[in-house]
Amino acid sequence: MPNKKQDFIDQQLQDLNNDGVDRRGFLKCMAWAGTGLVWTMSGGIPVSRAFAKGYGKDAGKGADFTFVQISDSHIGFNKPANPDVTATLQTAINKINAMPHTPDFIIHTGDLSQLSKPSEFDTLDQALKGASAKQIYFVPGEHDMLSDNGEQYLERYGKGTKGTGYYSFDHKGVHFVGLVNVANLKAGGMGSLGHEQLEWLESDLKGRSASTPIVLFAHIPLWTIYPEWGWGTDDSEQALSYVKKFGSVTVLNGHIHQIMQKVEGKVSFHTAMSTAFPQPAPGTAPSAGPMKVPADQLQRVLGITDVNYVVSGRSLAVVDSPLADSGTAASQNGGGLALGDPVRG
Amino acid sequence: MTRKTLWITGIATPVLIAALVLLAGSPSVRASDQAAASAAVKIDNFVFGPQTITVPVGTTVTWTNSDDIPHTSVSTDGVFKSKVLDTDEKFSYTFTKPGTYPYYCTIHPKMTGKVVVQ
Repeated sequence: MPNKKQDFIDQQLQDLNNDGVDRRGFLKCMAWAGTGLVWTMSGGIPVSRAFAKGYGKDAGKGADFTFVQISDSHIGFNKPANPDVTATLQTAINKINAMPHTPDFIIHTGDLSQLSKPSEFDTLDQALKGASAKQIYFVPGEHDMLSDNGEQYLERYGKGTKGTGYYSFDHKGVHFVGLVNVANLKAGGMGSLGHEQLEWLESDLKGRSASTPIVLFAHIPLWTIYPEWGWGTDDSEQALSYVKKFGSVTVLNGHIHQIMQKVEGKVSFHTAMSTAFPQPAPGTAPSAGPMKVPADQLQRVLGITDVNYVVSGRSLAVVDSPLADSGTAASQNGGGLALGDPVRG
Repeated sequence: MTRKTLWITGIATPVLIAALVLLAGSPSVRASDQAAASAAVKIDNFVFGPQTITVPVGTTVTWTNSDDIPHTSVSTDGVFKSKVLDTDEKFSYTFTKPGTYPYYCTIHPKMTGKVVVQ
């Protein structure tokens, strides 16, 4: 929906397309108001509605609590797909801070860093300190465990966790489980949880009432999206067998830098956008490498996800919100691939 | 003076021996083998290319990462292991024994390759 301001910004950014993104232009771009879609899941049947400009004042209405998912910040990445990933992470944080109600906490679903460097983790920590929500839960991505078997990640973000960094916690009646599927990957395989973690998960869920809403989160999707690119987890089926008895299960993942959603029985799967750079839709490019989009499009394919939980209705509303939006991008980002045509079975 | 001479001798001896060995020329080491003693694998678009590379014994294979995303080249059997290769970084390994050496990227395990040493 072009308007005067939009045209001005587009023009500003047009000039920059030749040689990457100029920081000033980038910051201008960040001033845009975001829009998104609200996904309401009720009894496994998803309903989506457009999410009006002004960051949906109704989005969290009636919710008992709200939390935000961010993902794939890749601090340290500096290639043309996004030469300033710290700035776009900051935009995501600004967006969180602008929410009408401060979310109870933030979940980061991994790939905090590009190369597991201490300086990259430092930059991330510094940026996240400015977030309105002070409690942040992490799971590692493969980029966070590159050269030291994840020792540094565990030292910084995994205190008190089990094994490779998995853990669970309860919040206002909801049971959250952070899983690690990026450690000890086998040649030719996809993501992997491993025997030890699966055993722990089984015992962690055992004895909980079937009416307890469950949220599982991990970096690589816990459902097979595109095995050719390794977009799935080899032993996720076993993990999901442990949540079968529960009435409401939400699975939040990152890794693929785009929104995808699927509902299978009472389990809703959802992947988040990256705060750093987009990746191509499965099979639409020679590889899953960073996707270069025109600079004025970048912020429409990056974003945050916020989740509202309503105790009485036992429903979770998942809101995907691009960092910037022209008013039409919401349907491009979420509508088509996600719930407009849910994949079943 | 004595110490310095000894030190030089210490370095020089192995070099001399190496040179003598080369001059003597074992029948299996010919000029053509020397020329083929290096080979390259390019990592591009999340693929090791060529996926299978066949080289003579003694060849040094060099992997170069041409992607915007880091990769590794790690032997499935623990024979060799690169550090994390960021864009344009390289890793080399010299294969001294015949055999088949499967390897993969530990970050993106769907990426696999093979070095066949004859």
